[in-house]
Formats: sequence, structure tokens, C-alpha cells
Amino acid sequence: MYTTSDLRKGLKIEIEGQPYVITEFQFVKPGKGQALYRCKLKNIMTGSTLDRTYRSTEKIGKPDLMQKDMTYSYPDGEHFVFMDDSTFEQVTVDVDVVGDFKYFLMEEMPCKVLFFNDIPIDIELPVFVEKVIVETEPGARGDTATNVNKPAKIDNGYEIQVPLFINEGDLVRIDTRTGQYADRVNKR
Amino acid sequence: MALELRARVMRITRDFFVSRGYLEVETPLRVRVPALEDHIDAEPSGDHWLRTSPELHMKRMLCAGYGRIFQIGACFRRGERGERHLPEYTMLEWYRTGAESADLIPETLELLTAVATATGKTVFDGVDVTASPRVLTVREAFREWAGWDPVAVFDEDRFDVDLVEKVESMIARETGPVILMDFPVARAALARLRPEDPRVADRWELYLGGVELANAYTELTDAVEQRERFHRCAEGRKARGQDIYPLDEAFLSAIQSGMPACAGIALGMDRLLMRLLGTADIRDVVAFGEG
Repeated sequence: MYTTSDLRKGLKIEIEGQPYVITEFQFVKPGKGQALYRCKLKNIMTGSTLDRTYRSTEKIGKPDLMQKDMTYSYPDGEHFVFMDDSTFEQVTVDVDVVGDFKYFLMEEMPCKVLFFNDIPIDIELPVFVEKVIVETEPGARGDTATNVNKPAKIDNGYEIQVPLFINEGDLVRIDTRTGQYADRVNKR
Repeated sequence: MALELRARVMRITRDFFVSRGYLEVETPLRVRVPALEDHIDAEPSGDHWLRTSPELHMKRMLCAGYGRIFQIGACFRRGERGERHLPEYTMLEWYRTGAESADLIPETLELLTAVATATGKTVFDGVDVTASPRVLTVREAFREWAGWDPVAVFDEDRFDVDLVEKVESMIARETGPVILMDFPVARAALARLRPEDPRVADRWELYLGGVELANAYTELTDAVEQRERFHRCAEGRKARGQDIYPLDEAFLSAIQSGMPACAGIALGMDRLLMRLLGTADIRDVVAFGEG
């Protein structure tokens, strides 16, 4: 169990059998009253949100979560297959859990898979992935400004905003946490 | 810019009280005994404590004959850190003999107007500090927004949670200052009970934009009742597993010797500056917020 002093943004807790992550956290204390801890929570499995206020005497459930190092293998219809790096066991992860990460997954990619009561509920990719730009309008000649962007597509059709100097065929790095362009990879 | 504003607001505040015949005072930061309050914990300092409020020392000055005093200074509260809380923060506190808490309402609003006008910020986040306040009792506010009456039956946990979640969030929608008055006796702290209805305390809180800014009392001057309240408070703290502080006998003997009828109020200067600066984070109004 957690106590209220453990509460902070990003902590994962369990409420009524469901795993939640704290997305916003606020310490409040009404005049002459007791300390209260207001949390905005997101259900890790369903994405639904919840507001909860805890008092300092309350105990908060600690979810049975386990994160495993796994390697992405291949897509299988509405699922994605990962292999456990230590046991070589194959695990099937639902497309709902993978979400937009499906655009960034590449064969042999080292990932982390989060299990709640042994069910995969979330995945984590390397912070940066490298992708080739397959489609974008040429930038204006001589314009090297980096604060003006244009749309570009990577091989699976995912669209990102890139600086004008990026051309088709360029290799770029994408930040998987935001899904946005990070920088250009210099040609080797 | 925040620190220039801060210095200016401190100067305007001092001028305001000096021009009204208040004496600026300083009382000890390190105290032998912290004030006994249900939910306020003190930070130890050697064989002393850091003050959580200047209240008891300032009241001893009233007992000694000072009629109008004010103080601006640091207070320390253990474990209080959040968007509106720092473990070390700056409190403005003032006392006036021969007054009741209601007399402090116009004075407080005049102070806010003086500060807001001089810094050119009378409206912040849609809240006009110069507007006439909406005054309502705790009972009215809870009946309207929380659907129960904490004066009839007090439930501490429910009271605190509903105050924050339901009442304060509705108060935040008001476009002028809001005064919440007549707190249930369980939340009287050091306020006198209302002679005509001893279930409530003669205590009010001022809110601006949903943020609690100031807390005022018609002060309790009865030494016997004061001692009883301290005992009850110590018992409650013990039951909840909090530190227990000895009774402040110097304070008790001062009011025993005769405390004049008076009213007093504490106002969080950092919170006022947050409103003037339009920030939700208290660390934006102090030079070093890491403390």
C-alpha cells in the first residue's frame, strides 16, 4: 500500500481493481483544515479519467505491475507479437494497447511491456526511432530556418511536421513520447 | 518583475497600516511553544520551534496595552508544499482592540484595493478586487453547494473534502471577493463563539478567485475557555498521532491577566502576490522557492 506522502505525478496506483496513473497532483489545505491530496487519474487500461481526493490517513492500493524487457517481433492482424528477452516467451499485445506506437514499431526493436496482473496493458518504445521520409514537398530554396514546418510522411503513412530543409529520402529521428520530429540523422 | 512587485506591495502595505495608526511589530521567529492547532505542524529549531504564526505573541502585546499592531514576517509549517503552499511563507497579521471580525472586512477590502490600485491590477483572472464582496455563511454555502449542513452535524473528513471540491470550486466562479463566515465550532480555532449562536465561531475567510487569502476572528479572550480548547486540541493531535506541544503558559497567563476585546486577521502575502501576478504557482512570487 502507498501512503499520501508517496503520491506524485506519474505514480501508478490501484483503485477497485483497476490500475491508474496520476496525471495531475495538488496538495491543498483548507483554512484550519487537514491536508488533502487531490489527484487527477487516468485508467491505464481504458484511458478514462477520474478525480480523487485523499486524506493523509488514507492508504492507497499498489497495483501488481511488472515491466519486462521485450523485443518486438511481428504484427499479427489486430495484435503485435513481442518476445520476452529472458524467457523467449512470445506475448501478444492488443492494438488498443499499442495505439499510435504501431507507426514506430520496427522488427527487433527493444521495448518495455507493462503487465497488470499478468496482462499486457502498456508498452514503452525507445525514446527515439529513426524513420525515412517518403513524402514531403520540397522546402523553399536557401531557406534553412528551423522554426517553420511542413508536413511529411514516413513509410507507413504517419504524418509529422518537419523543418523546411528536410527532403524525401532523409532519415529523421522521431520522439516516441510526443510522436513529433526531433532531428535529422546525418547521412553516413 | 515578480520581486519588484513584491517589494512594492510590501511597501504599500506598510504605508497603509502606518497611515491608520498601526504600529509595526516583530515577534520571535523561534518560539518555546508553537500554537496548538488541529492541523498545523511546527518545524523544530534546536530546543525551540519555528513559529507557525505570530498570533500568540501578538496577542500578548494586546494584553500588554498595544491597541493596533501589524506584522509582516515569515512563518513555517512542516510538510506544507504545493502550488499554494510553501513550508516557509510570508504572513501579514494585524490586530485591533475594540473591534469585531466584521469591522475587519472593510479594512481588508480597502487594503486590497489600495494594493491593487497602486500596482494597476484591480482585475485579475476576471475577479475584480474592488467589487463589493459576496458574504455568505458556511452553512449557506454548504447547503447550496454540498447539500448538507455542517453546523447541525459536523463531519470533519466530509467537511474538508467538500470545502475543497464543492464549495471552493463554486466560490472560484464569483467575479468579486467572497467572504465565508460563521465556521462550525469544531473549526473555531482561536475565535470567539457567536454569543447568539454558540454552534458557530465568529470567524471568516476571504477568497479571491477561489483562493483562500485571509482568515479573521473576533478573538477569544476567555482564559478558561482558551485553556480547554488547547487541551481538546492536544487530545485530538495525540489521537491522530501528531506531535503534541505543551500549553503556552505565558500566553495563557497574559490573557488571564486581561485581554481586551479585539479582532485579528492573517493574510498570506504570497497568495496576494500570486493573484496580482496572475500565477498559479507560489514559487513564482518568491526569490527562492526550493526551501
